[in-house]
Amino acid sequence: MLDSKVPAGPLAEKWSKHKFNLKLVNPANKRKYTIIVVGTGLAGSSAAASLAELGYNVKAFCYQDSPRRAHSIAAQGGINAAKNYQNDGDSVYRLFYDTIKGGDYRAREANVYRLAEVSVNIIDQCVAQGVPFAREYGGLLDNRSFGGAQVSRTFYARGQTGQQLLLGAYSALNRQINKGKVTMYNRHEMLDLVTIDGHARGIITRNMVTGAIESHEGHAVLLCTGGYGNVFFLSTNAMGCNVTAAWRAHKRGAFFGNPCYTQIHPTCIPVTGDHQSKLTLMSESLRNDGRVWVPKTVELAQKLRKGEIKISDIKEADRDYYLERKYPSFGNLVPRDVASRNAKEVVDEGRGVGASGIAVFLDFEDAIKRLGEDTVRAKYGNLFDMYYQITDENPYKQPMRIYPAVHYTMGGLWVDYNLMTTVPGLYALGECNFSDHGANRLGASALMQGLADGYFVIPYTVGDYLAGLGFDPVDKNHPNFEKTRKEVEDNVRKLLSLKGSKTVDDIHKKLGHIMWEYCGMARNEVGLTKAKGLIQELRKEFWSDVTVLGENEEMNQSLEKAGRVADFLELGELMVDDALNRRESCGGHFREESQTEEGEAKRDDKNFRYVAAWEYKGENQPEVLHKEPLEFENVKLTQRSYK
Amino acid sequence: MSKSTHLFSSSLGKKLIMSLTGLFLCTFLIVHLIGNLQLFYDDQGKAFNDYAHFMTHFTPIRIVSYLLYASIVIHAVYALVLTINNRKARPVRYAAYEGSANSAWSSRNMGLLGTVLLVFIVTHMSNFWWKYHNDGVPYIEYRTDLTTQETTATELVGEEYTDYVKYVDNDIEILKAKDLYKQVQFTFQNWVLVAFYVIAMAALSFHLIHGFKSAFQTLGFDHQKYAPIIRFIGIWLFGVAIPIGFAAMPIYFYFFN
Amino acid sequence: MSGNMNLTLKVWRQKNDKTRGKFITYQANNISPDMSFLEMLDVVNEELVRKGEDPIHFDHDCREGICGMCSLHINGRPHGPKQGTTTCQLHMRSFHDGQTIVIEPWRAAAFPVIKDLAVDRSAFDRIQQAGGYINVNTGGVPDANSIPIPKVIADEAFESATCISCGACVAACKNASAMLFVSAKISQYALLPQGQTERYSRAQAMVAQMDAEGFGSCTNTGACEAECPVGIKLTNIARMNREYLTAKLFKEEEPH
Repeated sequence: MLDSKVPAGPLAEKWSKHKFNLKLVNPANKRKYTIIVVGTGLAGSSAAASLAELGYNVKAFCYQDSPRRAHSIAAQGGINAAKNYQNDGDSVYRLFYDTIKGGDYRAREANVYRLAEVSVNIIDQCVAQGVPFAREYGGLLDNRSFGGAQVSRTFYARGQTGQQLLLGAYSALNRQINKGKVTMYNRHEMLDLVTIDGHARGIITRNMVTGAIESHEGHAVLLCTGGYGNVFFLSTNAMGCNVTAAWRAHKRGAFFGNPCYTQIHPTCIPVTGDHQSKLTLMSESLRNDGRVWVPKTVELAQKLRKGEIKISDIKEADRDYYLERKYPSFGNLVPRDVASRNAKEVVDEGRGVGASGIAVFLDFEDAIKRLGEDTVRAKYGNLFDMYYQITDENPYKQPMRIYPAVHYTMGGLWVDYNLMTTVPGLYALGECNFSDHGANRLGASALMQGLADGYFVIPYTVGDYLAGLGFDPVDKNHPNFEKTRKEVEDNVRKLLSLKGSKTVDDIHKKLGHIMWEYCGMARNEVGLTKAKGLIQELRKEFWSDVTVLGENEEMNQSLEKAGRVADFLELGELMVDDALNRRESCGGHFREESQTEEGEAKRDDKNFRYVAAWEYKGENQPEVLHKEPLEFENVKLTQRSYK
Repeated sequence: MSKSTHLFSSSLGKKLIMSLTGLFLCTFLIVHLIGNLQLFYDDQGKAFNDYAHFMTHFTPIRIVSYLLYASIVIHAVYALVLTINNRKARPVRYAAYEGSANSAWSSRNMGLLGTVLLVFIVTHMSNFWWKYHNDGVPYIEYRTDLTTQETTATELVGEEYTDYVKYVDNDIEILKAKDLYKQVQFTFQNWVLVAFYVIAMAALSFHLIHGFKSAFQTLGFDHQKYAPIIRFIGIWLFGVAIPIGFAAMPIYFYFFN
Repeated sequence: MSGNMNLTLKVWRQKNDKTRGKFITYQANNISPDMSFLEMLDVVNEELVRKGEDPIHFDHDCREGICGMCSLHINGRPHGPKQGTTTCQLHMRSFHDGQTIVIEPWRAAAFPVIKDLAVDRSAFDRIQQAGGYINVNTGGVPDANSIPIPKVIADEAFESATCISCGACVAACKNASAMLFVSAKISQYALLPQGQTERYSRAQAMVAQMDAEGFGSCTNTGACEAECPVGIKLTNIARMNREYLTAKLFKEEEPH
């Protein structure tokens, strides 16, 4: 029933052939179509700009005060591309292979290969837009290596690669706004999807300044709304990141793929207290030069935590560089899931550092000795400054303290090869979809995927759908617009009527604790079952005892938060269901029941080599699981090893 | 990208005018100071008075002087226009504003300093320029024996004599000119004026410490090779040497002459 | 916890751009020095909500100093007393027990208040839309390494490109001038070879839009540079002046 629409033929030719087979819209007819793009991160901005360049009319929406503030801007480390500028053996096939393997064989081969294939075009495009990537003295582009790879294929702009790439896409978007081809709606939040005869035909938004609930019609709707990491309350996502757009689409018929695949990033600044509102990532690129360690013994760690000894008192022989010890070939550059799980392991053993004991060291002493402080500053200066500002500790003088934190969600709306969801005319791009990273995303691949989808995939595939539609404008007087708008209004009214004793954040924090405890770095049957009950209770508590202040007709951040948390509560339960269903370990999903003797994740390819796509069946109805089997024709499934 | 406005109606164009007129006025200050240093000659004002006549009667210099007056007016008018626009750009003021945390006092108070200077210029010109040009200054005659270089000066009283002459007769150089020097002596006996002149020169110092380098910034001259030189000149020549040189004159006449 | 602080906040409250605002005083008690400034406001807001009062509205999003959404004029300075930080990265250890903190929105005609401390900075977007881009379509571009760019130039362009568009420069400037912001973008493209073709029309279009938005003009006080959380330099403004004057005085707008 789930048709991935992956074209037949050899892997390397699939995309070229498919592009040829896709239907085209005549240049003169493109202006007859309107495309709605929700979200203006890398995927959204690049898609909106590219589609407008082709001649489509685009309406773009973002909840921030400017499209440039989408959370792609916070990506630090870099963007992968199989340019092989370094002559170190990289190729499209190797990037494809690394991504498939890094994702623990839970991604679709054809999608990943296409991603690797267009990665090279992304770099060209960005440079042409004026993105100031790091360069060598000869004037050519510089690269660095990143976790999960043994070649240097990561392009970067100091520790602000996401910012520079997004500003590039934002500039392309601005150009189209100036030309009148894109109408930009800032401070608008999508609250529902409008379908007519099963096809996506518009969205309902709330103007976050005036409160106006508005309908917007279009021939296709592109969701580029990012991930749902904020279901954990604490994550590296921006405060406003939410699942609402994707979740409402899910409730209108879009299947949700692999919701339990969450990436816990190993290098974040540890939590300091209950007041904490978000976690800050330190780029994975730091692991290129930083060495991860904890004291060898629990006793030493205890003394250190109590302040009885200083870090410098711990002799080299008493330091356990556990990643280098356990994974000699990849060392500190093992993939994120492996690094995170190992950090949890040493902390659970009682060897953690910092006042809370929930942290490990990332040490630059050797790098500073080897390269000099100036070189280290040039490479990581802004990250070191950020760390200093947040912790008041100088990382040039003492090791950083880091701990894993929720960072990225590989799961998302299920899409076929054309990035279309199970609702015709509704597409999902970037982190919002489930498609390319399997069960674990490699570093510097999120930027690549967002831009690949927006610049180089959707401009081809959306035409194929539109070409079959005819030229009629969308009927904005169709009763479904009014009906959906009314439902949204009712929901807003219902939220505003809640006058209980709890704040929305109280509930959100509780949800976060449940998710982190039972559906975080390690999961098991008992915990997940318990979590499901807890979330259901919490949902009841939300709808009976939360308080939402103010009115709709003004800027109302209480209302915004309430709507988002209401959706997170529903999503959280589905994540738990998915995690319960997947009784294997793979990538970021670690089921304690399924591990090797050495404690590494153990897949069950026989029973779980599929994408879990969940279908919404109505309020309080269990969701229905659909399976898309994953076929591997080009790579051999092996137990991932980074030893 | 077709939208553009006329240069001088844009904010940057108005700044350009401020910069160019300001720099022109700076060059004037150098000339003015060097010329006026002749006040310190112990020659009963002969060189100074002769110089004053030259400056007011040599045609190219007169043309430049009109440019100068125009520059002062334009500089002041544009300053006013820009200030009004800048005020409009922030209709609601801050309740708390820590300007000193991020910028120099002088840079934030160019309007105030400029107003002091404008009042000063009006005072200064009515003290000297107006009197000089409207026969408020009597003539003086210098007879210099060119062999001994001894000079005797005789005041020419009232309206007895009204013509500048300079000639040599039997090794005696005769110069008859308006005695602006005396006007200087007279003016700077008034301690209120002396104090005002000194205060105005302090204002000039602060105005130019910021203004000189600011003018180059507005013109886009900013290069690590010469930016330090501009800053140095701005501070030490225009911020220190020139204002001190000018302020020395009223002080000298009040206390020592 | 020891070391925690009690603070008095004087916060600007304003329902919308049509009503007048005023300062309201709140107490922020038991504030940990490890909290960020925004987390301190979260604590105050949670208490307000519990009391049934409308929480203080302020813009914020990434809380890691890069999205540029947070603002706040704190005790007379944009992004507070520390240089080189955004408000979200300002930690309470920069304050002391018993201190009174005055919190205001950015004040500029071009940044009207939306609610409380949140202002509308879409003027910045419109300036970028006027010309802050290079005219290239997706696809059909040369290989990335076909345009070598000297490292020093690429680095300098990068420095200019790091602007986060928060508006602190406007907020700090006594004239509410946006020149640091505008010049940073003009500089980035003026430095890079890719930006050369539209170099002069870009400078003119962006300056014209900046003026149309009602920002003040630059008096070179340097307050913007001093308060910029990402260290955008005044050199950019000099470069913009150069670009603009060159465009106006020496470049033909249309061939003839």
